[in-house]
Amino acid sequence: MIALERREAPHPWAPLAIPLISIASAFAAGAVVLWLAGVNPMAAYADLLGEPFGSGFGIAETLVKATPLILTGLAVLLPARMKLWNIGAEGQLQLGAIGAAWVALFTPIGHSPVAMLGVIVAGMAAGALWALGAGALRAWLNVNETITTLLMNYIALLFVDYLIYGPWKDPASRGFPLSATFPLDARLPIIIPGTRVHLGLVLALVAVVIVTVALSRTRWGLEVRVIGDNPRAARYAGMNLARHTLLVMGIAGGLAGLAGVGEASAIAGRLQRGLSPGYGYTAIIVAWLAKLNPAAVVIVAVLLGGLYLGGDSLQISLGLPIAVVNMLQGLIFFFVLGGEVLAGYQVVIGRRRVEPVSTGSRAAR
Amino acid sequence: MSPVTVAVLAAAVRAGTPVLFATLGEIFAERAGVLNLGIEGMMLASALAGFAVTAQTSNPWIGAAAAAAAGGCLSVIHAFLSVTLRANQVASGLALTIFGTGMSAFLGRGYVGVPGSGFQATPVPLIAQVPVLGPILFQQDPLVYLSYAAVPVAWYVLYRTRWGLEIRAVGEHPEAADAMGVDVARVRYGCVIAGGVLAGLGGTFLSTAYTSMWIENMTAGRGWIALALVIFATWDPVRAVVGAYLFGGVNALQLHLQATGTSLPTYLLLMAPYVFTIVVLVIATQETARKRLGTPAALSVPYTRTG
Repeated sequence: MIALERREAPHPWAPLAIPLISIASAFAAGAVVLWLAGVNPMAAYADLLGEPFGSGFGIAETLVKATPLILTGLAVLLPARMKLWNIGAEGQLQLGAIGAAWVALFTPIGHSPVAMLGVIVAGMAAGALWALGAGALRAWLNVNETITTLLMNYIALLFVDYLIYGPWKDPASRGFPLSATFPLDARLPIIIPGTRVHLGLVLALVAVVIVTVALSRTRWGLEVRVIGDNPRAARYAGMNLARHTLLVMGIAGGLAGLAGVGEASAIAGRLQRGLSPGYGYTAIIVAWLAKLNPAAVVIVAVLLGGLYLGGDSLQISLGLPIAVVNMLQGLIFFFVLGGEVLAGYQVVIGRRRVEPVSTGSRAAR
Repeated sequence: MSPVTVAVLAAAVRAGTPVLFATLGEIFAERAGVLNLGIEGMMLASALAGFAVTAQTSNPWIGAAAAAAAGGCLSVIHAFLSVTLRANQVASGLALTIFGTGMSAFLGRGYVGVPGSGFQATPVPLIAQVPVLGPILFQQDPLVYLSYAAVPVAWYVLYRTRWGLEIRAVGEHPEAADAMGVDVARVRYGCVIAGGVLAGLGGTFLSTAYTSMWIENMTAGRGWIALALVIFATWDPVRAVVGAYLFGGVNALQLHLQATGTSLPTYLLLMAPYVFTIVVLVIATQETARKRLGTPAALSVPYTRTG
């Protein structure tokens, strides 16, 4: 007989094989949807995958897309280490862009030598405050942070609309909902000439290092991990859960805000609609695929950033919306979730083995 | 009551209807112990399905059936991942929302701006003429009447039938339910699918009754608002009505203010329903904590039979 049997330990290749097989399966499932919609899946995938990794330009643009994904990925990862779901990275990113625009356009700092620093600090602060709203409700009133962070995304997007259709609209934009362009001093510099790769990438990588070290080498990191594993034990040990919740959410919001600074100040050069095609939601997949490991976030962000770039070229060549990419991301997420569970099992043919005793923990996650 | 107030209240009922359907559906899923954060995605996919099939067949009922089927089918993915494979329910639900949002925007690209058809207001004979209540409640379209019927049916099923007992047992104490001979997985599948079907009706209401068009992302967070209202309703279908119509009221009021030309900017008015929902969630959380009314004990915990 053929049966599924629980493995005592995950297969040694599982951490690599699961994402790869999941992505391949997601593409296969996506091909069916594309084909049903009258699109040639082969042509679509050739564009989707050829663009990001096929040329030097493509690789540079992939890094451009990976930058906000690294930062928002960390913004999901850090609270997730404490079992908090920050689904608000999208809104925190928008607030970061708003903060950056405010300093760049409406304060004297925008035209000063410290403009860049001011823009970064303001964007991170705005993102952090936005996330702290949901963090405070969670910490003090025990309000479900999943729902509040998400609802605040809609408010943040409307806030951007309000500003660019209203008080911050550039009189010179001939009616288009755009802010004025940032002064040159307030724009994050390009770090690879001839590309759009900007300082944000360096800052994102620095953030990865800091988060990695802070989580693994500091008392704070230890406490965050203990709270995530066993909040009751953490409370008995005298850890202040509310303070940790606030701090983690604040840092997360600041990181997502930094992503917004990059998109507004380095890429668009202004506050406008569509600064993010949904980076804050993709960030959830980034953090999950990275297994909440900050270093792995970089790799996953580059992979999914490439997918976004491919989505751009699909838009141009086949006229398909970027939503195709979001659909594929959803499928990848499905297959990863299923694949992780199935990797805990093995196919057994013809013999029965005694069920190992210690199997409870894996399913309980 | 002035005609304007009556009109706003009637609009509140209409605006509350899609979230009422979605909230009722999620109550079933959560009562059985399955958290489904995929409502937003299911509503979007079914809003598109309802619109497209109605456009094809010129029959909004066939559209509604297609929408319910679309919601049900998508919910099966969540049920498979979270019940059969015991994957993380938050992650699986989020994946469903990301997938449904992307897929509907992709498949719906040809329907943007296409004039559609849909349900028409159908006054109920006699009671539609009752002053005040008639125009508010009984000069609506058939899907609104369906939502009126869904509430007592949901309440009756949950509290007065064997099914309901099994559902609540599975959500509170799956081990005990299992020991009593209840098939935990089957009950959970059933409730998640019921949730998908109801979210589907909410979706099609948006694209064939509330409006007659398809717009990318047209649910605008209503799936998430429904999740908040489930907590507000303390998992009770009757209280869900209050939450849904309160939300509808805020929505109708801000639309009314927009239409009558207030000095408040449109985009700030549009924030009102979301701010309101957060406030309601905060209050509801304190209430449930104080009165010890609670979350189904086994919510979002996968069930593994031991021994």
